[in-house]
Amino acid sequence: MTPGPVADDSQTAAPSPRGVPWELPEELLIDTSMARRIIVRFIRSHMDQTGFDRAVLGLSGGIDSALVAYLAAEAIGPANLLCLLMPYRTSSPASRVDAEAVVAELGCAAKVIEITPLVDGYFDRALASSDKPSHLRLGNFAARARMAVLFDHSAAWNGLVLGTSNKTESLLGYTTIFGDNAAALQPIGDLFKSQVRQLSVAVGVPDAILRKAPTADLWAGQTDEQEVGLSYAEIDRILHWLVDRRRGRDGLRAMGFEPANIVRVERLIAGSEFKRQMAPVAKLSLRTPGVDYLYPRRRPGPSG
Amino acid sequence: MSKLRVGMAQIDARLGDLEANVRAHRQLLAQARGEGVDLLVFPELGLTGYMLQDLNAEVAMRADDPRLLDLAEAAGPDLSMVVGFVEESADHRLYVAAALLEEGRVAHVVRKAYLPSYGLFDERRFFGGGEVLRAVDSRLGLRMGISICEDFWHLGVPLLHAFDGAHVLVNISSSPGRDVAAAVEGGLGTAESWRPLLRTYAMLTGSYVVFVNRVGVEESVTFWGGSEVVDPGGQSAYRAPLHDEGLFVVEIDTDEVRRQRVATPLMRDERPELLLRQLERVIRSGGGLPDDTWPGG
Repeated sequence: MTPGPVADDSQTAAPSPRGVPWELPEELLIDTSMARRIIVRFIRSHMDQTGFDRAVLGLSGGIDSALVAYLAAEAIGPANLLCLLMPYRTSSPASRVDAEAVVAELGCAAKVIEITPLVDGYFDRALASSDKPSHLRLGNFAARARMAVLFDHSAAWNGLVLGTSNKTESLLGYTTIFGDNAAALQPIGDLFKSQVRQLSVAVGVPDAILRKAPTADLWAGQTDEQEVGLSYAEIDRILHWLVDRRRGRDGLRAMGFEPANIVRVERLIAGSEFKRQMAPVAKLSLRTPGVDYLYPRRRPGPSG
Repeated sequence: MSKLRVGMAQIDARLGDLEANVRAHRQLLAQARGEGVDLLVFPELGLTGYMLQDLNAEVAMRADDPRLLDLAEAAGPDLSMVVGFVEESADHRLYVAAALLEEGRVAHVVRKAYLPSYGLFDERRFFGGGEVLRAVDSRLGLRMGISICEDFWHLGVPLLHAFDGAHVLVNISSSPGRDVAAAVEGGLGTAESWRPLLRTYAMLTGSYVVFVNRVGVEESVTFWGGSEVVDPGGQSAYRAPLHDEGLFVVEIDTDEVRRQRVATPLMRDERPELLLRQLERVIRSGGGLPDDTWPGG
């Protein structure tokens, strides 16, 4: 495995590999060959431990799922990877083209399943004919429809569901609980978006995917950065110093971060804590799962 | 020249599956015997896996457990072996432990004294801390200071082992890798943070340091391997690759301990009584802690 161009160039501030239109903040730069090696082995090892040979993931045409597809194909071989393309009627056709490019490049199994009938079928019944679901309800329902399709294929294809959530969206809560964050494994869940970008360059994710603005792709022109109101480079730097480096609000202010931005990010983190944890169980008995009944998720049962 | 072949059993472990891990140990033992290994060292909790949580009691063994004795038996008369397991004491405390197996018996058991319970670690919840620090004699004609992972992050441990006459400091670990930063040489912060410890302890005590760290993935974490033997002058005698499973063997010259200690007699010049007196003074006077954290001071 060779490190990508960014890793070779780690000392320069804000390197811009192959002229892509985003900034990679220096303090976030990872050793891409090490990250790649750890994630690939992580996927492989969990497959071994669970007894699965195959994996399934939702391929949106965006950078996160493309990166996971590349890493999974490397870990288990493309023939063992099923990529599901699950467009809704308002999804951008470009997303599908980009997802298909990944499938063609990797030579993995793929299937297109339109979720429009699932989503519209539900809202047609749930709402009066003149009403339209809010963006929030539509977005969440679409994410959970995709989750349902993925887990159905987990059974049909006999594959583990690989998550495609990154650390930035997880910490900000820019995710649908039990929707896009539902998975058996989260291979890139400890990489900020900037680091996802850096690693994607290193593993060879197609240029078109590297270059486009990240989007939930629910309506035309929607972008993540527009919705949050900050660039990923800025968000990731704040998260890095706040979470990983424990600098605190005052520390970040002293480093020159805009106070309003720090507070905004802190508020998003605090408000989405529930999305990152299991639901609390009302404690009644002597021993309660998740409270004082604590086991690793993979363990041997009785033999024989 | 006294040659000693050291085998670093840089293995993965199946979490909670004692029988499978015993089989894996036996397999590696057979391989090591074939390669003429004199001292074969397995990682921390190699017989049980690391992230045990409430499995701790289910995989616990008494020090005279037949499975340990069988392994000692299998080692034969010419091979000494260090293995990692969960020890249950007579009064049912559970310890992270290492056993020195040689001459068909469990020659010594060492209990991990320092249990990390911060960051990603939670060992104090599940285990008791060992109350004894001592070096132990091996049939190899060497005295060994055996410690377990976090023990090596406390200066007193290698120092005490050296005072107690150790020629070889053996540390067995299950160290989870983290900090995959581009700015870190080699790309893995944890691995780089261990290197200076090994080197420094070897130099300051004039001892060989044998560090054996496991590989594999448990839950979220990946153990990084990178086992290493450092000679008494602080030079790396062998460094195993990161993350790859395997038996890595290096031949060392134990006379090097003598040469180093004659040339640079740091342990000769150590002053344990001075340290003890001053340590007592420091403890009596409050250990440098603020008054409110040291009410008896």
